Amino acid sequence: MNGIDVLLWGVLPYLMVVVLVGGTIWRYRYDKFGWTTRSSELYESRLLRIGSPLFHFGLLVVIVGHVIGLVIPKSWTDAAGLSQEAYHVQALLLGAIAGFCTLVGVGILVYRRRTTGPVFRATTRNDKLMYVVLVAAIVAGLATTLLGAAGGEEHNYRLTVSPWFRSLFVLQPDVAAMSGSGLAFQLHTLIGMVLFTIWPFTRLVHAFTAPVHYLFRPYIVYRSRRPGAARPTRPGWDRTR
Amino acid sequence: MRVMAQMGMVMNLDKCIGCHTCSVTCKQAWTNRSGVEYVWFNNVETRPGQGYPRRYQDQEQWKGGWVRNRRGRLTLKAGGRWRKLMTIFANPVLPNIRDYYEPWTYDYEMLTDAPLGDDFPVAQPKSLISGEPMAIEWSANWDDDLGGAPEHAPRDPIVERLRRESEDAVKLDYEQAFMFFLPRICEHCLNPSCVASCPSGAMYKRVEDGIVLVDQDQCRGWRMCVTGCPYKKVYFNHRTGKAEKCTFCYPRVEVGLPTVCSETCVGRLRYIGLFLYDADRVTAAASVADERDLYESQLDLLLDPHDPAVIAQARADGIAEDWLAAARRSPVYKLAKQYRVALPLHPEFRTMPMVWYIPPLSPVVDRLTETGHDGEDAGNLFGAIDALRIPISYLAELFTAGDPEPVRGVLQKLAAMRAYMRDVTLDRPRDESVAGAVGMTGREIVEMYRLLAIAKYEERYVIPTAYEGEAHQLEELACSLDVDGGPGMVGSGPFGEGSGSPMPVSVETFHALRHRQTGDRVTDPEDRGARINLLNWDGKGRPAGLFPPPHESPPDEAPPGPGDITGRSAATPSSSDPGVDR
Repeated sequence: MNGIDVLLWGVLPYLMVVVLVGGTIWRYRYDKFGWTTRSSELYESRLLRIGSPLFHFGLLVVIVGHVIGLVIPKSWTDAAGLSQEAYHVQALLLGAIAGFCTLVGVGILVYRRRTTGPVFRATTRNDKLMYVVLVAAIVAGLATTLLGAAGGEEHNYRLTVSPWFRSLFVLQPDVAAMSGSGLAFQLHTLIGMVLFTIWPFTRLVHAFTAPVHYLFRPYIVYRSRRPGAARPTRPGWDRTR
Repeated sequence: MRVMAQMGMVMNLDKCIGCHTCSVTCKQAWTNRSGVEYVWFNNVETRPGQGYPRRYQDQEQWKGGWVRNRRGRLTLKAGGRWRKLMTIFANPVLPNIRDYYEPWTYDYEMLTDAPLGDDFPVAQPKSLISGEPMAIEWSANWDDDLGGAPEHAPRDPIVERLRRESEDAVKLDYEQAFMFFLPRICEHCLNPSCVASCPSGAMYKRVEDGIVLVDQDQCRGWRMCVTGCPYKKVYFNHRTGKAEKCTFCYPRVEVGLPTVCSETCVGRLRYIGLFLYDADRVTAAASVADERDLYESQLDLLLDPHDPAVIAQARADGIAEDWLAAARRSPVYKLAKQYRVALPLHPEFRTMPMVWYIPPLSPVVDRLTETGHDGEDAGNLFGAIDALRIPISYLAELFTAGDPEPVRGVLQKLAAMRAYMRDVTLDRPRDESVAGAVGMTGREIVEMYRLLAIAKYEERYVIPTAYEGEAHQLEELACSLDVDGGPGMVGSGPFGEGSGSPMPVSVETFHALRHRQTGDRVTDPEDRGARINLLNWDGKGRPAGLFPPPHESPPDEAPPGPGDITGRSAATPSSSDPGVDR
């Protein structure tokens, strides 16, 4: 454990969180109007209809996989009777399939963005930077998954990356655990931290306003003209299903 | 019963000449920005024709509006909440830009910069979407005045439906063709399916006046509203990534002015006023089993503003007295419910639209006269209605879900009005049986005639202003004209088009607006960020800044001004009553 390790795995994660949280709050206050998906479906929908769901649904599975792998300690799955091999196989299968879908999806989307004139015209420099980091994170992540298939103790992230990840939340970063993991994991983690650092300043913010509340609100929304006035407690008519 | 107020509009199609003035002025006022080049909050369609966007009425294709499911409940045609979220990454039924049209400009620079040669330089059309040269193949009113009708009109969804039902219902041959114009704005529905489709909750119906708006700060560009609206009157701004729609010119309406489309209508065919309706019964009214009952059930929602019980409940629900008074004088209530001559557009979409149409009576008098009949005799007119050039079945598909009876009733009333008023004009004894034949009294006919034919400005537009108590907010005291670049600031923040702090929605203050409407002097535009809004130019003199400062001209030489154009100098006193010629 040297100074660079402490910087990378003990200091950088907290800087990332500060920028992510602070940046998101700042963006929400400063730039609500710019907070949008900036959809380009109006220009082109044939490729989007394949690439976008592939990417987004793949990514949702990938996120679930990350949560399982990073949050649930190995001792828990061991206690549940899930052997290391069995866990490994299911994680590899799920991770590889989801990661592959995500990569293919983003590949289609980047191809579409580059080759469809109107979509490319609507691409900002900010977008291009975001795409580089995003694709790098996905590629590095998929590489770690496939490397994990080769086996080996240094590829068992549940003994290295996961304890470090959890230790961050109790403000006792386990730098030694992370510095003991493989280079691929370290690279993927670093790129991931870069991605979360630039997140609030890119179009990725739309993920933070995923409209889950749509499932629970009444169909018709009323608002008063008066900015300060409370909304009527009862909508004009019963909820339509 | 829960009484709510709704701003409504009636358009008298008999008077529409299809001049598109409403569309142009609306576009100048609201959508002359990049990203909304293809957006027409107001458009005028020639019927039969495909409309804008192409074939928008075909809900089997576009899945707009509501449907009644097997259990008798309303559900969104494009699918419920889960389906919406599952398709959010790529909306399967979003119209493509080519279903509207690819907006373009011309390479005008070529006309002046082309090198000397044998050929005349031409200004090539260039796409505003891709920047590439393009062939112009469609636009917002490509089939205007039946242009290309033999090719395009058979694809009118209504023509298709009528043809399925009878082989020769709609004739498109030149000698037998008919046409009329259908101006369309957002319907500001009582049961808006666009609002119900918005996953973010950014779209809403205003409690006070029922105007349906998009919160630009809350819209995230999920695009479901575009699919949800069966009239395709919510548009996607492809530069800012936000939905935009007709606002019923709420900054104008709030201060008692009619919308831009109404104010500038050459035919003076638009009427604006209030409806009072029972908000508790809207869902039930929109859920009736038979589509053909929707017109009546929608009419049932509208409450009589003279009914003491309605007035008492309206007061209890917080509707102000001046609004109740306006509701009693409302021209749209009279035309839709009292005289029953205005019909809703496509009630079968079950959105309870609040822009109503008086169907056109074809040039029937002339036709009758040509055939040797007395063209204004009531009996002849009634008999001719079923043989009109514009088939009743076509109008019925537009306005009453295919039921011809209400349309026939309206046309008979319009015919009866002509016959009855001829006797009045010629000072002959009035034939009360003509009025009675259509279920009206002579007095009502005269009133309706006054509203439809004389159509005084004050009677066409009965618009109560926003509450007195709120007036200070309408002035936009916090309106930040002094922000970076002022109201004209357009451009990109660091996160793409239109990002950065929000701009004030309306750059007009209440006082400035009223001053210009009532003053006889030209408002100096200098304090408006040096922008000239020609829409607001009343033609009196030359607003400063209308023309750029003279370029390198000697200081003592007077610059040419529009005083030369209009033949009047800026100092010419205006007419004493500015409202007289409106």
